[in-house]
Amino acid sequence: MTATTPEGASHHDAPSLRGRRHRRRWNPNLVAGSVFVGLIVLAAAVSFVWTPYDPTQVDTSARLVTPSVDHWLGTDKFGRDIFSQLMVGARTTLFVGVISVGLAALAGVPLGIFAGMTSRRWAGEVTMRFNDLLLAFPSLLLAIMLAAIFGGSTLVAMIAIGIGSIPSFALLIRGGTMQAMKSEYVLAARVVGRRPVAIGVRHILPNVSGLIIVQSSVLFAIAILGEAALSFLGLGTPPPTPSWGRMLQESQTLLWQAPRLAFIPGIAIALAVLGFNLLGDGLRDIFDPRLEDRR
Amino acid sequence: MLLWNLARRTGIFVATLLASSIVVFGLMAVLPGDPARVALGLNATDSDVAHLREQFGLDQSLPERYLDWLRGLITLHPGTSYVTQTAIGPEIATRIPVTLILVGASMLVAIAVAIPLGTVMALRHRRASGLALSALSQVGVAVPTFLAGILLVTLFAVRLGWLPSSGWTSPQDDFEMFARQLVLPALALGLCQGAIIARYVRSSILDVLRQDYIRTARAKGRQPAQALIHHGLRNAAVPVVTALALQLVYLLLGAVVIERVFVIPGIGSLLTDSVGLRDLNVVQDVVMLLVAAVLVINLVVDILYVIIDPRLRAAS
Repeated sequence: MTATTPEGASHHDAPSLRGRRHRRRWNPNLVAGSVFVGLIVLAAAVSFVWTPYDPTQVDTSARLVTPSVDHWLGTDKFGRDIFSQLMVGARTTLFVGVISVGLAALAGVPLGIFAGMTSRRWAGEVTMRFNDLLLAFPSLLLAIMLAAIFGGSTLVAMIAIGIGSIPSFALLIRGGTMQAMKSEYVLAARVVGRRPVAIGVRHILPNVSGLIIVQSSVLFAIAILGEAALSFLGLGTPPPTPSWGRMLQESQTLLWQAPRLAFIPGIAIALAVLGFNLLGDGLRDIFDPRLEDRR
Repeated sequence: MLLWNLARRTGIFVATLLASSIVVFGLMAVLPGDPARVALGLNATDSDVAHLREQFGLDQSLPERYLDWLRGLITLHPGTSYVTQTAIGPEIATRIPVTLILVGASMLVAIAVAIPLGTVMALRHRRASGLALSALSQVGVAVPTFLAGILLVTLFAVRLGWLPSSGWTSPQDDFEMFARQLVLPALALGLCQGAIIARYVRSSILDVLRQDYIRTARAKGRQPAQALIHHGLRNAAVPVVTALALQLVYLLLGAVVIERVFVIPGIGSLLTDSVGLRDLNVVQDVVMLLVAAVLVINLVVDILYVIIDPRLRAAS
């Protein structure tokens, strides 16, 4: 499983970009990212109402057909239509991404805000040590262990990827919270006696929302890679539900006859990851040009 | 102060290691069903299951089993597999060097790619060539290692027939074969990581290029590359070294997948094979080994930080 760099794709000279008004109108990362992600969302959405064929339908008379008018991207060794599988696979990919990133945000954001806000040293310390423990279990390892116990499934993959993504969320949000805590409006809220929970929800959360959005996009890319790797190992989405990772795995024995069976889902995975990474970089430029200096 | 800091970090490491061993053991122990029955399969008789339970101490209480397991790990005698009935220790011991060689070779590939690529990307960051390389590295980041493996096999093994598509030979048996078989997996793992590390190198060098001492050197007539080589590289190295160490974790995890692609008998394939066989105590031991490796890498990074950067020494 690969990780993305925390740094943005583009390094700007910070002073010219300070303040939202002065940001560049044309943000190529954002545009390219939105286009790629948009294509995948579109494919997934359309697949609910229409696919050229039933993606799980086996047709022994049309095995390993090369791309044609009938089958736009050809068929696999069971005669299943690749384009249809790809469309439904987009659904699996997005589903895993949404649930796992949502899970990571639900746990990681409160954890990070708490660790950043608390004035009790031991409380912050305990939260960070808990984070250390989570860091010891990268998603892939956690998923393999859970798959050994419960058997491989989309749910196991989502949970493992979600839990594995909590620490990076928590660390980032803790940093943002600590900065927001120094601001005068938080001080003012504390002076008028607002309770910590209210300050966290009303003042800190909106302030770190940019961080949350950017990090979600980056983690989405990591989740896609994770799901693909797990399905590739046979520990993710079980058949017959189409999954890009498993399409790749199934293609491995056919590299000699039909390498396109590997290229097509491979390109889909890479485009999806690239799309979310670029989107993350683009959003980063919008929300906080100074963010790239922060880990 | 430095010693206190190192002692504290080592203490945290030991505590996290113990806590994670409880997590690993606990997760495996909550298994729905009996591990002995899972290992023996559906056709096992009750007496077989009882015999296996006794043989592996599964009839003991959980704390006893945990302590037994821990004792076995610490004394490097992790017991025998439920399924294959072979000793786990020697099995793991023969596989560790394989994975280490693979990870080491991939790291070399990654460094060889990342440092020149990242430097050029930084020096030309406003020019088309720099942007093109940057886009290329972005693509490299997006390609999963197993896809890189498959693409490399398709090109160099299937199309060109230059290199073997999979397998592993011990370097003592046949060094040439060993080297030929290592090339593709090391490239698959190393190129993807190289793309990621190159981005760290780029941003680190860009930071350094903005420093006053580089401006001074430029004012004295040095070319950007010269100024960077004479004054900047050493400063840029600190974040890159730590990034490299952290990426080791991902190389290790990537190896789990790549070993599967190239049929390499390392730790990763032991893990995935054991999951397939539902050989749970092997899974438990290998996961613990990898968790310990992740923690050791993180500890080394922490210590490196403290030793290399005096400011961090003072801050913490």
